[in-house]
Amino acid sequence: MPDFGFKLQKDRQIDFDANDRSATRAIIETEPTFRLCIACGTCTACCSAGNFTDFSLRRMITGLKRGNYEGVRAMADQCMLCGKCQMLCPRGVSTRKLVLAIRKHIR
Amino acid sequence: MKKEGKEQLWKDYQKEIADDRYFYVRSCVRQNFFPGSETAFLKILQEELGKDVYEHPCHTTCTGIGYHADVVPFDTAMTVVARQFAIMTESGYHNLVPSCITSFGLYTEILETWKHFPEVEARVREYLYKATKRDFRVPENLAHASDVIYKFRSEIAAKGKFRLVHHETGRPLKVVEHIGCHYAKMFPDKGVGGAEYPYVLTGMIEEWGGEVVDYPERRHCCGFGFRQYLVQANRGYSMSCSHKKFESMEPYAPDLILTNCPGCPMFLDRWQYAISEMEGKTYGGDGQGIPVFTYEELAGLVLGYNPWDLGLQMHQVACEPVLDKMGIPYDAAAKYLDKHGHSLGQPLQPQKLKV
Repeated sequence: MPDFGFKLQKDRQIDFDANDRSATRAIIETEPTFRLCIACGTCTACCSAGNFTDFSLRRMITGLKRGNYEGVRAMADQCMLCGKCQMLCPRGVSTRKLVLAIRKHIR
Repeated sequence: MKKEGKEQLWKDYQKEIADDRYFYVRSCVRQNFFPGSETAFLKILQEELGKDVYEHPCHTTCTGIGYHADVVPFDTAMTVVARQFAIMTESGYHNLVPSCITSFGLYTEILETWKHFPEVEARVREYLYKATKRDFRVPENLAHASDVIYKFRSEIAAKGKFRLVHHETGRPLKVVEHIGCHYAKMFPDKGVGGAEYPYVLTGMIEEWGGEVVDYPERRHCCGFGFRQYLVQANRGYSMSCSHKKFESMEPYAPDLILTNCPGCPMFLDRWQYAISEMEGKTYGGDGQGIPVFTYEELAGLVLGYNPWDLGLQMHQVACEPVLDKMGIPYDAAAKYLDKHGHSLGQPLQPQKLKV
């Protein structure tokens, strides 16, 4: 291949039609309060694990909604299930059950 | 979008296009990229349609490339454009027809600026007078060259020898139309059909028998965007834009791409080669690319001009598949001969893309 001095940029477009969101649908069936999330970030702000690692429930939820599961399972394993986020969630999302559902449906 | 919705939009965005007596200003780069296009435009207008088209030897760049690359200030650009207007005025013409989409966009931007800020126009008149002792009248009508071909699309179809249909099966050819960003994205009411679904190329395709492909990234930029291209290391941005469009149009299996901008055919054509080398992927059938044409080239083909006189041998993606589908005869042995029959030399062959 000739040396062009540049290369294709990886496309960062989120293609909802192309992404397989079947695991997200299974998670919603297991834990319907997932739908209540408004991505306010309270869970992430109060997270003890997130203070010391890159764990972020909000980022996980964003990935799930987009059908982008890369790194979601590894992140879900970092949760200590302390439940602080569940106490503070203004929408009543059952975050502990959500994390367990993620662990169940995403390999 | 449904066809009825587009038709409503097209009705809302109609513009006046002068009927005759055009002052034609060429593009800086098109004669290098697609050397037969502007000549074909003049031949169609003057010889086929009998129109008065005038070119002035003192016409210069409009500075659009430098302006959009942030190296030419707006006041300078306006003064250079004022000089083009002065040349047009001195030549006795009132209808300006730029060949380049960026020139068209810059002329439009300047005329709109002067309309809303007359003091700016007065200042530019002073700059021009101090520099050249010239004065000017603003054009009575400003239309891009593709607008003019659009206006006479029916006449071209009536005189045409070929149509955009498969000559054996009668199937309309599937055509991707790609409009230059500076045509109507800045000033939607200055383009035929507006910015979302411009009609200027669609009208030609429909009139000449083809079928327009409506694909998701239809309005996405080709990636030319001057600053993306001028620095070599940034060209990945440019190619990624074209790549996004190719990926989006691929499922519709278009027969050809039609463009009305200097940069779009260049990049949609050449990037198919670069992508094939980098990714090993081609977008036409059988390892070939999707042929890309300018509107003048396509009008010339419809009118039965020799493909090699139109400069189609300068394309990276081979145009022969479209010629074969339309039933246009051509001499393959003469592809790389000049008008005197001398060899132009053979281009190197790409590793992946079949040409």
